[in-house]
Amino acid sequence: MNVQRVVEPDYLFFEAKREKRFITGSEAVKEAIKRANVDIAISYPITPQSESMHLVGDIYAEGYLQDYFRGENELAVMSAAAGASMGGVRVFTATGGPGTLRAFEMFPTWAGTRLPIVCAFMTRGVNSPLSIQPDTIEMAFMLDTGIIIFHAETAQDLYDMLLKAFVIAEQTDVHIPVGVFVDGFFVTHTRVNVEVAPEDLKLPPYNPYSAPVPVMDMENVPIRQMRDPFIMKSNFISYASHASWQQEILAAAERARKYIHKYLGGLVEAENEGAGILIIASGTAVSQSREAVALAREEGLDVGLIKIKSIRPFPTDELRELSRNARVVIVPEFNRVGWLCREVKAAIDDATKVVGGPRVFGGMTMPPELILAEIRRYR
Amino acid sequence: MNKNLFTISPGFEDVMPPEYRELVENGPFGKGLGVSDLGTFKELLEEHPLCAGCGLALSLRLILASLPNPEDTVIVGSTGCNSLAFPQVAVHNIHSLFGNQNAVATGLKRALKLRFPDKIKDVVVIAGDGATADIGLDMVLHSWFRRENITTIMLDNEAYANTGGQESGMSWLGTVLNMAPRGKKFPKIPLPEIAREAGCAYVAVCSPFNPKKMEKMVRRAILVARETGPTYVQVFCPCPTNYKFQPREALKIVKNREREETYIAREYISPAAQEMLSRLEAEAVKKE
Repeated sequence: MNVQRVVEPDYLFFEAKREKRFITGSEAVKEAIKRANVDIAISYPITPQSESMHLVGDIYAEGYLQDYFRGENELAVMSAAAGASMGGVRVFTATGGPGTLRAFEMFPTWAGTRLPIVCAFMTRGVNSPLSIQPDTIEMAFMLDTGIIIFHAETAQDLYDMLLKAFVIAEQTDVHIPVGVFVDGFFVTHTRVNVEVAPEDLKLPPYNPYSAPVPVMDMENVPIRQMRDPFIMKSNFISYASHASWQQEILAAAERARKYIHKYLGGLVEAENEGAGILIIASGTAVSQSREAVALAREEGLDVGLIKIKSIRPFPTDELRELSRNARVVIVPEFNRVGWLCREVKAAIDDATKVVGGPRVFGGMTMPPELILAEIRRYR
Repeated sequence: MNKNLFTISPGFEDVMPPEYRELVENGPFGKGLGVSDLGTFKELLEEHPLCAGCGLALSLRLILASLPNPEDTVIVGSTGCNSLAFPQVAVHNIHSLFGNQNAVATGLKRALKLRFPDKIKDVVVIAGDGATADIGLDMVLHSWFRRENITTIMLDNEAYANTGGQESGMSWLGTVLNMAPRGKKFPKIPLPEIAREAGCAYVAVCSPFNPKKMEKMVRRAILVARETGPTYVQVFCPCPTNYKFQPREALKIVKNREREETYIAREYISPAAQEMLSRLEAEAVKKE
């Protein structure tokens, strides 16, 4: 059995000496959860997520978690995660693609119940026709569930965002779930250098009484009310309660911004943002765009790149400011619907300068040349 | 629960709602009360909004009065008529979605086991027949297959009552209901027998018209779930509103169904559960 020492989050994130590991994205999940002091993890297989939860199972067997089991389907897993979280423990789970949609009803419920669950989403195509290949279309469905959404570019991001997600989710003035999304296969199944904190360190345990709502443990006053704002009466007070509760969930995500700044260094990262041609992307589309920017530079083209790390809350003010001088904004995406393009258009002052594309989907890769071709059109 | 937690701070007595004061002064917590004591203490259910003659409302009152450990019981409900009453129940209770109650209870029970290893925390699912036997059947069964330490109680009014009287899997063969305009085409789901085969250590079928028997079954189910394994209680609670009988006739309906043998009170007890119950019940007799 491993003896781990609890340290302050800031120490674990910023001060502890890190070592380099040559690992896959799935292994980065394991390394993060190993240090996250998680009480219960609940799993269900789906490609490309399965391996990450196998590995979390392995560290449960080694004693890093207190409980772990395989549920019967994703809706049941997300429901069990909700029950555990309402019971006052720290919970982790993961899914992707069709699993995300199977479980969908639970995500607004998690947010509405103020549960600080952290879930990894290894994105993939959504049926039909059947596809297990990379695609970020599920994120389009998740945008308005009320949960906080981070989009990792690399396995390093995945490791960092997962660990920090617990700390952000559990702040009393936030206390809503965080989904850490990562592009399946491209990140989960490839191997890179990831810097990780020493494995004998872990986050402080979750304090259930930091929740802004009662913990369902009969250790606090059983006033006649449910944990959820169960508003089933037909009168204005009921409608007003429900309406204000919904607004409070949105406000909780807004209040997360300061913690995202503190722990993730902001909602975006910008490179050469003053350029006339600007690429705005998230996930592995950022990596492909970075290659394209380098190729463009060789041709003497001045191109900037903005990486969005937080999709919810969305960096509206940041994008408006950073895109002010751009003539053209290119938004490459790994999905058909172009959800990020829609978000960017809604955020910046002049939506007519936003170019939706290139978009690849159905499992295709996005060669940098494809983005370069888009850049050349606007030289 | 530490009872000191919900005493009223000095000076606030007059501003607390009267039903809360009654609960503090005369509630059932920590007193070991039962259905025979009804009328002498402040009940856990306050002014429910269910119909006159509702068998489900009566069942819920009796179940709450039967809880062996109300001060450390958390209830997981589901969508349905009963969910209209739960906001007025004075133990922690969860409404999550329609049908996911046994999965929620699974996570909750495991969390409470981790947080309170030396304390009994009963997790009791109370849901309707639609929630238990139809939309939530997979999660109900899997919680039994996994041998989760939870009690599942079905309030069986043999229909989707809250949505306007539609056929459920627990409706009787041939019954004409909404969405079954020519009568139900398949028999009532034999969930008690399925429960026995699925790993429940204790299974009981009862109705609220024999309160003492029902209390015994609910208590047995909760006690067995603590140590031995999952348990299931199916409570037949006729619905006057959707089955179109007079509110005062609910008891007659149960009696008729008993005579027709379309409602049969019964128990299935596993050997391990029997051993445990015999021990506990012998100890209880000795105490008396």
